[in-house]
Amino acid sequence: MSVETTDATAHTRALLTTADPRRKTTDRTMSVLIWGAFALAMIPLVSLLWTVLVNGVGRLSPEFLSYSMRGIYGGDPSGGIYHAILGTLIITGWATLISVPIGLLTAIYLVEYGRGPLARSVTFFVDVMTGIPSIVAGLFVVAFMTIFLDPGTRLGIMGSIALSVLMIPVVVRSCEEMLKLVPNELREASYALGVPKWLTIVKVVLRTSVAGITTGILLAIARVIGETAPLLVAVGVTESINFNAFDGRMMTLPVFIYRQYSQGLASCQEGDLQCVADISYQNAWGAALVLIVIVMLLNITGRLVNRWFAPKLR
Amino acid sequence: MTTTDSPQRPARPGDHAERAPARRRRRGTTERGFNRVFRWIATGAGAFILATLAAVALFLLIRAWPALTASEDELSDAVGRIPEGTSLLEFVGPLIFGTLLAALLALALAMPVAMGIGLFISHYAPPRLAQVLGYLVDLLAAIPSVVYGLWGFLVLAPVLKPFWFWLGENLGWFPLFAGQVSATGKVLATVSVVLAVMILPIITAVSREVFLQTPKLHEEAALALGATRWEVIRVAVLPFGRSGVMSAAMLGLGRALGETMAVLMIISPGFLVYSLEILAAARHNTIAAFIALDFAEASGLGVNALIATGLALFLITMAVNMTARAIVARRKDFSGAN
Repeated sequence: MSVETTDATAHTRALLTTADPRRKTTDRTMSVLIWGAFALAMIPLVSLLWTVLVNGVGRLSPEFLSYSMRGIYGGDPSGGIYHAILGTLIITGWATLISVPIGLLTAIYLVEYGRGPLARSVTFFVDVMTGIPSIVAGLFVVAFMTIFLDPGTRLGIMGSIALSVLMIPVVVRSCEEMLKLVPNELREASYALGVPKWLTIVKVVLRTSVAGITTGILLAIARVIGETAPLLVAVGVTESINFNAFDGRMMTLPVFIYRQYSQGLASCQEGDLQCVADISYQNAWGAALVLIVIVMLLNITGRLVNRWFAPKLR
Repeated sequence: MTTTDSPQRPARPGDHAERAPARRRRRGTTERGFNRVFRWIATGAGAFILATLAAVALFLLIRAWPALTASEDELSDAVGRIPEGTSLLEFVGPLIFGTLLAALLALALAMPVAMGIGLFISHYAPPRLAQVLGYLVDLLAAIPSVVYGLWGFLVLAPVLKPFWFWLGENLGWFPLFAGQVSATGKVLATVSVVLAVMILPIITAVSREVFLQTPKLHEEAALALGATRWEVIRVAVLPFGRSGVMSAAMLGLGRALGETMAVLMIISPGFLVYSLEILAAARHNTIAAFIALDFAEASGLGVNALIATGLALFLITMAVNMTARAIVARRKDFSGAN
């Protein structure tokens, strides 16, 4: 009996594996293609990170990180990106200050209160807003600010507002996901103890999801910190250090990279040892390396925060 | 903060929830004190977002209006790139065409690869590794677009140039590859490749979520009928994920349409031509790249004209995104924002 079964199994297996070799070939081919698709996507990632690292690391020095480009012209290899790092941090900081309260409160609204047409349209349009082209956000701020300011004015805070337009939907979506993860039992337990709803939200829901929300905010910052187009339009450029987002133009790392790129090769005279022809490309790569390091740090910190501090819900 | 109803007990903060349950029940869902304030703050934040989106549309329209209503002569005086006797539409038309062409090409390049990666992560990769590999793909989205531009300009364009020449020589009869192949490689085809890389992560993220949602029973039923792994995907996973993949494609298209820096830094721009020749130099430009290129020097009516082109871009991306979201909304639970 058992021999028959074994025979039958072997027979069936033979039928399955040999009946139609074409099916097997297709299966193999598709496996190879699908693995290949992943490998293909890794080529630009590796190439890009490697190029930035190799080209950027040579330019990095304490001077590069602590000087501005004020009064630096042509192929002069001095100066640095201090003003750009500062501008990026200040503008992104203001953008975060604007986006996080609005984004978090909207997420609370959607999860804790949202019912009816308003909630539905907020959900829908928040998703639509994630698709606003970044340059349109910059144009909007310029168009909007002409109400208060002279049309030619460019301020750091204008860049922050433009970045907020891009950042708020991202914050809303990630906070919403995190708030939804908080089990209803916790809320109900809190209500059963007679705690009012707002206090339940602040002390129970937010406290439970604080790690996830931090992660979401860090990832949202990482997403907007590399934005170039809105800052190019709304903040302009400068070669000097500017601490004040409410007064005058500021430089940011992405715009600095674009600026150096668009200056192209410097024209050097023969025998001028102080002149480096491709200094602006070197500056661009150096700044790109710093920018990518910042973005990666934000990404990694975000994910680690979530892993280390997330409460064990189940 | 709270009002108390019984004369024996003076008001104490934080006390209001302990009040007589009977009264509370009678009042139904009415909230008091800070509960109500908090609800209004939260609702206000939600409404503020809708107001922002409306403001974006409104202010772009207001500031674009002078350019939309200006005469041809006024326009060509204000904007250097617009020659005499050209209307705004004749100028913006080719830009819209270039934007759509670049984005659609990028989508065509990215779509098969992104679906491959989605399937790889959901069905092929070892489950332990899948999350890490997915994270690697997401890293592509973390890289700033200006760095993509730098890389495309200094690294990718020289690498692709011989390939474009080969295409031009051997497939020159095909309308897309016709014309004089650029000697620099800084053409729309290169831009499309970079855009394709940039939109890979969002398409992958959405489609892998959809693939993972395939009911296990469908897959097991297919396996029980003797299907190979690919056949399981063809008969169970892909049909189930069709609408999700479609909306993923639309989201990717939306991203590609609005991308500025990579296009601006790579392409050698051309204006006022409708051309399919993606290997030729100075034949195309996109709206976003045009705005970024000219905004710093523009003034007066020139700014209005740029904002008018921006409005066109806004309307196109809104239409694409709203279609995509309307499809996604029918199948909740995922979004490109996380």
